[in-house]
Amino acid sequence: MSRVSHIIRKEFIQLRRDPKLIPILFIAPLLQLLLLGFAANLDVKDIPTVVCDQDGTAASRDFVSRFLNSGYFALAGTAGAPGEIDLFMEKGEASVAIVVPRGFANVIAAGKPATVGIIVDGSESQSATIGVSTVSMIVSQYAQGLVSGILDRLWVLGVRPVRVKPEVRVWYNPELRSRNFMVPGVLGLVLMVMTMMLTSMAIVREKEMGTMEQLVVTPIRPFELLAGKLLPFLIIGIVDVALIMSLIHFLFRVPMRGSVLLLFGLSLVFMLTTLGLGLFISTVSSNQQQAMLTAVFFMMPMMMFSGFAFPIENMPKIIQAVTYLVPLRYYFVIIRGIYLKGVGLHELWGQGLAMLAFGIAILTLSVLRFRKKVS
Amino acid sequence: MRFCGLRAVIRKEVLQIVRDRRTLGFLLGLPALLLVMFGFALNFDVKHIPLAVCDEDRTAASRDLVGNFTRTEYFDVVARPSDPREIDLLMGEEKVRAAVIIPRDFSRNLLAGREAPIQVIVDGANSMSASTAAGYIGTIVQNYSVRATTRRLSEKGVRGFRMPLEAPTRVWYNPELRSANFLVPGLMAFILMVIVVVSTAFSVVREKERGTIEQIGVSPLRPFELIAGKTIPYVLLSLVSSHLVLLLGKVLFGVSIRGNYFLLLLTMTLFLIGGLGQGLFISTITWTQQVAFQLAILSTFLPTFILSGFIFPVRNMPHVIQAITTIIPARFFLSALRGIVLKGAGFHAIWKDLLYLAGFGVLTLGVSTLRMKTSVSEGGGGGRKRRRGSR
Repeated sequence: MSRVSHIIRKEFIQLRRDPKLIPILFIAPLLQLLLLGFAANLDVKDIPTVVCDQDGTAASRDFVSRFLNSGYFALAGTAGAPGEIDLFMEKGEASVAIVVPRGFANVIAAGKPATVGIIVDGSESQSATIGVSTVSMIVSQYAQGLVSGILDRLWVLGVRPVRVKPEVRVWYNPELRSRNFMVPGVLGLVLMVMTMMLTSMAIVREKEMGTMEQLVVTPIRPFELLAGKLLPFLIIGIVDVALIMSLIHFLFRVPMRGSVLLLFGLSLVFMLTTLGLGLFISTVSSNQQQAMLTAVFFMMPMMMFSGFAFPIENMPKIIQAVTYLVPLRYYFVIIRGIYLKGVGLHELWGQGLAMLAFGIAILTLSVLRFRKKVS
Repeated sequence: MRFCGLRAVIRKEVLQIVRDRRTLGFLLGLPALLLVMFGFALNFDVKHIPLAVCDEDRTAASRDLVGNFTRTEYFDVVARPSDPREIDLLMGEEKVRAAVIIPRDFSRNLLAGREAPIQVIVDGANSMSASTAAGYIGTIVQNYSVRATTRRLSEKGVRGFRMPLEAPTRVWYNPELRSANFLVPGLMAFILMVIVVVSTAFSVVREKERGTIEQIGVSPLRPFELIAGKTIPYVLLSLVSSHLVLLLGKVLFGVSIRGNYFLLLLTMTLFLIGGLGQGLFISTITWTQQVAFQLAILSTFLPTFILSGFIFPVRNMPHVIQAITTIIPARFFLSALRGIVLKGAGFHAIWKDLLYLAGFGVLTLGVSTLRMKTSVSEGGGGGRKRRRGSR
C-alpha cells in the first residue's frame, strides 16, 4: 500500500510543478458551469415574430395581439407584403411569421371561416416544434372565442357551446424553468470531460517521455501504478463536485430535494467509470495526440447518447440498447432524480449498480491491457 | 527561398500525419462516422409522449374526448388508471410524462352548458417536452370543444357550420420538421471544430516538449512560414473530411445544399482557418502537451456544443453570455451553414457571419505568429541539425 502512496505523492508533485494546471483543475469547471449553465436554456419566450397585417382592422390587431401578449412571441418587425418575410427568415431575424389577409375582419363578422397564414422557421427543429404547438394552442383558443360569439347570436336555437377547460398542473418543476433540468445536467457533462481528460494522459505521457521504463523496473505492480494514478484525480474530482454543487445551489438556485450525501457517493461511483475509461484510453494509445483524439471519440457519443439534450426514448431501439453502455446515462437519472424529484437510494440503486459494474469492468480491462504491454 | 521553406514544413507535417495511422484515420473518418451515428440516433421530435388517462366519468362524452388523445401521434395512452392517485407512482417511475384526469361530473357539466374542467398533469422535469405536451393537450381539448359544439348545431338544423378560423401552419426550410435537416449542419460545426482544434493544439507544443523547437529556431524558417506550413495540411485534410460529411448528409439523410456551393466552400474554409488558428494559439501559449490538450478540450468541447446555438438558441441566453458567444466561431459558422444549406441564403444574408469568421481567423493566426516569434527566439541554442521526424 505504501507503494501506491508513493505514486500518489509523485503525481501530486507533478501536478504542482505545472502552474497552468491548477487553474485548469479547479477554475475551469466552475467557469464552464457558469457559462454553460446560463446558456443552456430552452425556455420558450419571446420567439422573434414578424407580423404582416394586410387587413389593418381592430379585429386583425386583436388577433395579432393574442400572440404578442402571450409572452411566447415578441415582435421582431412588420412586413408590408408577404414577400418581405423571406429576408427576415433568411437572416434569422424572425422565427415565426403571422400573415393576416385582407378582409379578415369582414369574414369574421359575417360568421364565415377565415384563414390566416402562420409560417415557422424549421431550421431550428426543437424551437420550431415548440413554436408550432404554441401557435396552434393560441389559434384554437381564439377560435373557441369566435364560436361562443356566434352561438350568442344564435341564442334562439338554445344551443350551448361545449367548453372543456384543461387545468394544467406541472409537477417537479412548476415554473417550467429549463434551467432546473439543464444545470444539473451540465454538472454531469463537466465532470465527465474533466475526469476523462485527466486520466487519458496519465500513462501515455510516461510512455512518450520515456519514464515508463523507469517505472516498470521498480517493484511496483501494474495494479498499484494504476491505483496511484487514479486516486489523485478522484480527490480532485470530489473537490470539483463540491465546488460545482455549491455554485448550483447559491447562484443558479436549483432546488435540492434529495440527499446531498447520496449525490456525493454516487458521483464518486460515476467518476470511477470516467477515470477508468480515461485510463483505458491511455493504455491503448501510443502518443498523447492519439490519446486525445481517442478521448474525443469516446466523449462525443457519451454526451449525445446520455439523454442530456436528446431524449433517449426518441432514439431507435438499437441505439437505446447502446445507451446502456454509457455511464453518463445512469448519472443523469441520478442527478435529476435527486435534485428535482427528491428520490433516494431505494429508487436509484439500480443506476448506481450499473455504474459500479461498468467501473469495475473498465478498470480491470485497463490493468490487463497495461500488464500485457509492460511485459 | 521562402516557398522552399514553406514547402519543407508542409512536407514534414504531412509525413508526420501519414505516419500516425490512427490520427489520420480520426481526422478523415471520425466526423463522418459520428455524423452517421448521431444522424440516425438523435431527434427532438416530441411525439409518442407516454400518457396516462384516468376516466372517472365513463360516459360517451368522456370516451369521445379520450379518443381524441389515442388518435393523435403525439401521445401514446400507455396507462388507464382507475384511481388518480396511481398517477403519482407512474410519474415517479417515469412510465408516463403526462396525465389527463376526466372528473366524474364531466358530462353533466357539458350537458348543462357549464364549463367542464379536466385536470392535466405534465412532468416538468424536462421543461421542453413538458411545454410542448401542454401545448398539444390544450389544442386537442379546444378542438374537441369546437367540434362538439358544431355537432350540437347541426343537430338543431344549422348545417354548414365550420371552424370559424383556420390557421394552416407552414414550416419553412424543413417542412416535416425532420431533425436530420437541423442536425447535419449542427453536428458538422461541432465535430469539425473539436477535431480541428484538438489536432492542431499539439502541433507546436509537441516540438517544444520534445525540444525540436530549438532546431526550428536556428533554421532559416520565418515564424509565418512555420505557422502557414503547419496550418495548410490540416485545412486541406479537414476540407476533405467536411465534404465527406456533406456527401453523407445528402446520401443518408437527404439533406441537400440549397444555396451556392462556392459560397459554402468559402464559409467552410474561413471556419476551418479560424479553428486551426485557435488550436495553434493554444499550442503557442502552452509548454506541455497535457495542458494544451486540456485547453483545447475545455475551449471547444462543451462551449461549441452549448454556446453555438446548436441546441440552445443564442437569443434565449442572457446578454452577457450572448456577448461571450462571439468568441465561439462555430456560432457564426452554424448560422451561415444553416442559411446556405437549408434556406438557400445568398451572400447578402450571411456576409456578417463570414466577416466574423474571417476576423477570428486573422486574429488567432496573427497572434500565434507573434507568439511563435518569441517562443522560437526563447528556444535558441542547439546545432544546425535537420528536424526530426515523428518518433
